[in-house]
Amino acid sequence: MNENTKFQLAFLLFLAASSYLISPAAANLVLNRVDRRVDLTSQIVRIASSLKVENAGTDDVSEILFSLSTEHAEKVAFLQAVLVEGKSKSKSKSTAVILTVTPGSSDGRVMLFSVALPKPLKGGDSLSLETYVVLTHVLKPFPEEIGQSDAQLVLFHESAYFLSPYPVKVQSTTFKLPSSRVESYSKVGVTKLVDSEVRYGPYENVEALATAPITLHFENNQPFAVVEELVREIEISHWGNIYVTENYKLSHGGARHKGSFSRFDYQSRPAQSGAASFRHLLARLPPHAHSVYYRDEIGNISTSHLRSDFKKTELELEPRYPLFGGWKVTFTLGYSVPLEDFMFKSSDGRRFLNITFGSSFGHVVVDNLIVKVVLPEGSTQPTISVPFAVEQDKEIKHTYLDTVGRPVVVLTKKNAVPEHHNIFFQVYYRFNSIAMLAEPLLLVTGFFAFFVLCIAYVHFDFPISKSSASFQAQVQREELVDLVQRLQKVMGIQGEAADRLEASLRDVARSGDTAPCKVARKTADATWKETSKDLKALSESFHLSARSSFVLPKVEVLLQKEKEMVEKLQQKQVATVEAYERKLSSKDIDARIAPLQSKYSTLKQEVRDLIYALDD
Amino acid sequence: MGAAAAAAAAPPPSSSSWSVWESLVRSVSNFRLKTKQQELLLRVSALVLIYILAFATRLFSVLRYESVIHEFDPYFNYRTTLYLTQKGFYEFWNWFDYETWYPLGRIIGGTLYPGLMVTAAFMYWTLRFFTFAVHIKDVCVLTAPFFASNTAIVAYFFGKELRDRGTGLVAAIFMAICPGYISRSVAGSYDNEGVAIFALVLTFYLFVKAVNTGSLAWSVASAFAYFYMVSAWGGYIFIINLIPIYVIVLLVTGRYSMRLYIAYNTLYILGMLLAMQIRFVGFQHVQSGEHMAALGVFFLMQVFYFIDWVRHQLADPKLFQAFLKTTVIAAVGVGGLALVVGMATGYISPWTGRFYSLLDPTYAKDHIPIIASVSEHQPTSWSSFMFDFHILLILFPAGLYFCFKKLNDATIFIIIYGMTSLYFAGVMVRLILVATPAVCLISAVAVSATLKNLSVLYREKAPAVTSAKTSASQKASAKSGIDQKLPFQQEGSLLLVLGSLYLLVNFVFHCTWVTSEAYSSPSIVLAARQSNGDRVIFDDFREAYFWLRHNTPPDAKVMSWWDYGYQITAMANRTVIVDNNTWNNTHIATVGRAMSSYEDEAYEIMKELDVDYVLVVFGGVTGYSSDDINKFLWMVRIGGGVFPIIKEQDYLNNGEYRVDSQAAPKMLQCLMYKLCYYRFGEINTEYGRPTGWDRARGIEIGNKDVELEYLEEAFTTSNWIVRIYKVKPSANRR
Repeated sequence: MNENTKFQLAFLLFLAASSYLISPAAANLVLNRVDRRVDLTSQIVRIASSLKVENAGTDDVSEILFSLSTEHAEKVAFLQAVLVEGKSKSKSKSTAVILTVTPGSSDGRVMLFSVALPKPLKGGDSLSLETYVVLTHVLKPFPEEIGQSDAQLVLFHESAYFLSPYPVKVQSTTFKLPSSRVESYSKVGVTKLVDSEVRYGPYENVEALATAPITLHFENNQPFAVVEELVREIEISHWGNIYVTENYKLSHGGARHKGSFSRFDYQSRPAQSGAASFRHLLARLPPHAHSVYYRDEIGNISTSHLRSDFKKTELELEPRYPLFGGWKVTFTLGYSVPLEDFMFKSSDGRRFLNITFGSSFGHVVVDNLIVKVVLPEGSTQPTISVPFAVEQDKEIKHTYLDTVGRPVVVLTKKNAVPEHHNIFFQVYYRFNSIAMLAEPLLLVTGFFAFFVLCIAYVHFDFPISKSSASFQAQVQREELVDLVQRLQKVMGIQGEAADRLEASLRDVARSGDTAPCKVARKTADATWKETSKDLKALSESFHLSARSSFVLPKVEVLLQKEKEMVEKLQQKQVATVEAYERKLSSKDIDARIAPLQSKYSTLKQEVRDLIYALDD
Repeated sequence: MGAAAAAAAAPPPSSSSWSVWESLVRSVSNFRLKTKQQELLLRVSALVLIYILAFATRLFSVLRYESVIHEFDPYFNYRTTLYLTQKGFYEFWNWFDYETWYPLGRIIGGTLYPGLMVTAAFMYWTLRFFTFAVHIKDVCVLTAPFFASNTAIVAYFFGKELRDRGTGLVAAIFMAICPGYISRSVAGSYDNEGVAIFALVLTFYLFVKAVNTGSLAWSVASAFAYFYMVSAWGGYIFIINLIPIYVIVLLVTGRYSMRLYIAYNTLYILGMLLAMQIRFVGFQHVQSGEHMAALGVFFLMQVFYFIDWVRHQLADPKLFQAFLKTTVIAAVGVGGLALVVGMATGYISPWTGRFYSLLDPTYAKDHIPIIASVSEHQPTSWSSFMFDFHILLILFPAGLYFCFKKLNDATIFIIIYGMTSLYFAGVMVRLILVATPAVCLISAVAVSATLKNLSVLYREKAPAVTSAKTSASQKASAKSGIDQKLPFQQEGSLLLVLGSLYLLVNFVFHCTWVTSEAYSSPSIVLAARQSNGDRVIFDDFREAYFWLRHNTPPDAKVMSWWDYGYQITAMANRTVIVDNNTWNNTHIATVGRAMSSYEDEAYEIMKELDVDYVLVVFGGVTGYSSDDINKFLWMVRIGGGVFPIIKEQDYLNNGEYRVDSQAAPKMLQCLMYKLCYYRFGEINTEYGRPTGWDRARGIEIGNKDVELEYLEEAFTTSNWIVRIYKVKPSANRR
């Protein structure tokens, strides 16, 4: 939003007509009673005031003004006004909207905020209003630098009187302190210190815009954990995950550390040493958070503990070193949550993400909070709905397998406190589920193209010159290899036929029936006849081939041995069949076959060796 | 047959589905591959598995710790790579780094080998181009394993060139898992050696290929591989000296050929011209003594060629003899004269100390303490040879035998490479790395040859076994038929095959064990086991560096011993006085002097050097033994080498180095002692021991109330490993 320009515009207006702006409103209203409670127990100051407003005039009043000193107004993290209706305590949050920011009195000391009422306050009527202001960075450490063994003391400047553009009839203020150790406090009228509370008032009939400056100086050893910048990146994947990455620049915003840091003191006397320092932070992550990591620029940080149950996930982080005043550290915290926990479909077909805005840590002040919602590639018309004012911007992010990039909604909020800004917000967008397939398809296309290229490379002919010696040699070599393979194939067929015949011979030996053996012989003969033609052709081409000189003798020997082997097998078959037909005794048969068999085995072995040798 | 069996095994539920099934089986059996194809498939899948294995076995540290850069030097490489990717090549090339060697600075572009950084950046840019949004750190962490895989593939081709494909496969698997190489190439070990070994093996392979083929293309390729090597690592000196030695050996053994002439001249001329493009190398190829061997051999080659040509021209052998004599004398004379003149005029620089210390292991100890102080420059012990090579150490001689048996140009090369590199590996521990490829290749020759021979022996009888089903008599006759078989040949060979397989399997287990136990700790993160078995992590280094990075002024100068310089500049992003690039001995000696002086003297030195913080590493609480107290004597020696005011004797008690109450008085009062033991005397480190018990050295310290006057403790890490002190401003400025 353009708050700044509004501010400038308002400032110009203020120069022209400041008195005019204030006076008419202040004229009619009176605050009957103001009770103010200021909580100073942490680094964040919370001021809750309940006001009884009466319209003393006759005109209707439609807005109530309410003021802060400019010094505080600059540090406002959160501001809210609640209208309390009737006597009952049932609060209806009617308006909590700050409509305009108007600089106050002429010396720039006061800044006014106006609260628009839902219905005008008639003359003579009264209403109850509760205002709630959260301030950060208003507790000033004093002394500004402390040693390791010192406690941290802070100063808080306020007015004992409620700063209001209207006169206040009765008022009182209570300051709640973290401990009873109070260095000093200003006394204005009725002032007392009870335990860890300082009470001012009641005061009666205080003029409009009257102040009575007071200063409280007290001990506050709460961790002043200030996140100077937090970049939260929420990346949506419609494959079922939301990746949250939080980049922290954390510092200790309290009194600066002075002198030496002694690890010995820190370890052996934890009570007295480094009271204002802190070493743990507790992050509350959504339930079902998984794949949590915690690291920084130079690697993993091994000091963290994760506890999770079905309601929440708690992560206790310890930075690499304890943080003393003024020390800084950066780290990155990341986790994943299931998509279905945070992603919904609205009635108009749009999808929306419903997730928390702020930091996961309690008790930290975030000076500059940047939330980036990375929508999936192909999503359109992102709109956001955040319950407070943020700056909005757009980016494109390129990550894994992105072509056009992912739209990113960038939201910036200054000065955020956890309890009021770590609330749910929504991002609406349109997304077609088909777009989910874009990336897998891209991968598929990539690999397909790669394989096509490989196929093309294998099939293309790259040599520049077809007549060069090396090319010729390669071609011849390939031919030869091809011939050898064909030869081996034919040999294989022949070998199989021989094996089958041999098997049938063994059957004969077992059963004595010679008929199937004769059939086997016939088929084997047929095969041999067929293949012998092929062999002849092959051996001719071996003779023709230019570079076959070194395999040629081998091939010839092989062919010859093969022939002999086949002959021996045929002889054996004939002998066996004859022997069985003549019903000779098994001893005789063995005696007849044995020489043939041994010769055959030798030949077979040789042929196998030769075929094997051809491979080399 | 198989198809029929399968069909028979399947129950035929109905006739139609039966026929479908049959046709399916038939179509599958039609796909059965030819032997050649089967072999190709097996080979390719073996190589793919080796490729994956070489990568995966180096990932122990990532799985056990995290994706982090290891050790010291890799941090410099990482920092420069980061700079390169962020600012581009020209900025990188012209980078003057004022964050180191304060106040001198360092010309980064001119004093580093850019090969590694450019490679990583190139991979990073490529991945980015393909929209892979990786971080440069992860690219750097995985660079070394990636190149190790590539080296294994090159080893395959090299092995193939040496002998056959089987050798190649064995060489590839050895290369992939040999601990000697793994030690420098685990994930995170982002050092020059990671890519340099790849470049080295590639150069050698391409050169051998060029010599074998005599092809200009292979020679040019080897020149480019050489250029890559030069750009990656100073170890290229090894190549430029080994190849001339190889050439001379070939010339002497009468194996001079045109192929050799082409290969060498192309490599030398082209490689030299390319190498000159690296600024750190510059004109060294023609000006430095270490490169003169290559130049000399280059001229020798020309003389050889010339003589060869003249012999062709001259028919008369007598005339040729006379000519030969004069030419050789003239050539040697001219060469020698040129060398002498070059040396005398200073045009050719003499050998550097590092080179001397390689040839003479005792040289560094006497003359250059800064080289001798580095643990990886120590001579290698037998145990580390055994640790890094295991069975390869036994296979190496066997491989040499097989190489000699089948001598050719390629095996001569690998023999020379193996012998020389093994000598250098003996001189310096870190050079085991250079010897590893040679040892792997030669052992692969042994394994492959043995297995092949054994399998031939086994197979000779194989058919007899298949036919042995028939009858005993047939078996007997078959046995008598083939006569020259050895007794129990088949059983014996099977046993031997099984035995060697057992050895190889053991080797694999050893490699995995060594990788996981010894070579996969990042040394930046320390891990220890507690008494109850839990693992504790000491992340003190990063704690301290990160503290420096965020809590000191950006221009703060940190003084520490040089070991931590690279890490401080990379992780803490602060200026250091000295770092691991030990180019200025005087500067290091100044730091050593400051560390070993009394506090007030040291303060003066630190003021002169503009030091803001002093960082010391101290292991007294945790028992971390490589801390500054244990390195302290080297600081004294190096400091004393330049500043004689520092005497080693002052820190020793009767020649003994100790830190307890018996220690020398100067030891107890010097800056290093004070910084390490400041307030240490108050703590109890171990139960049942007095306070101030130093666990790294196992003694009670001698000076328990250390007072600091000029410095104050700025930060100490949770386990006291790193202690940082702030130098106080001068008294009148406080």
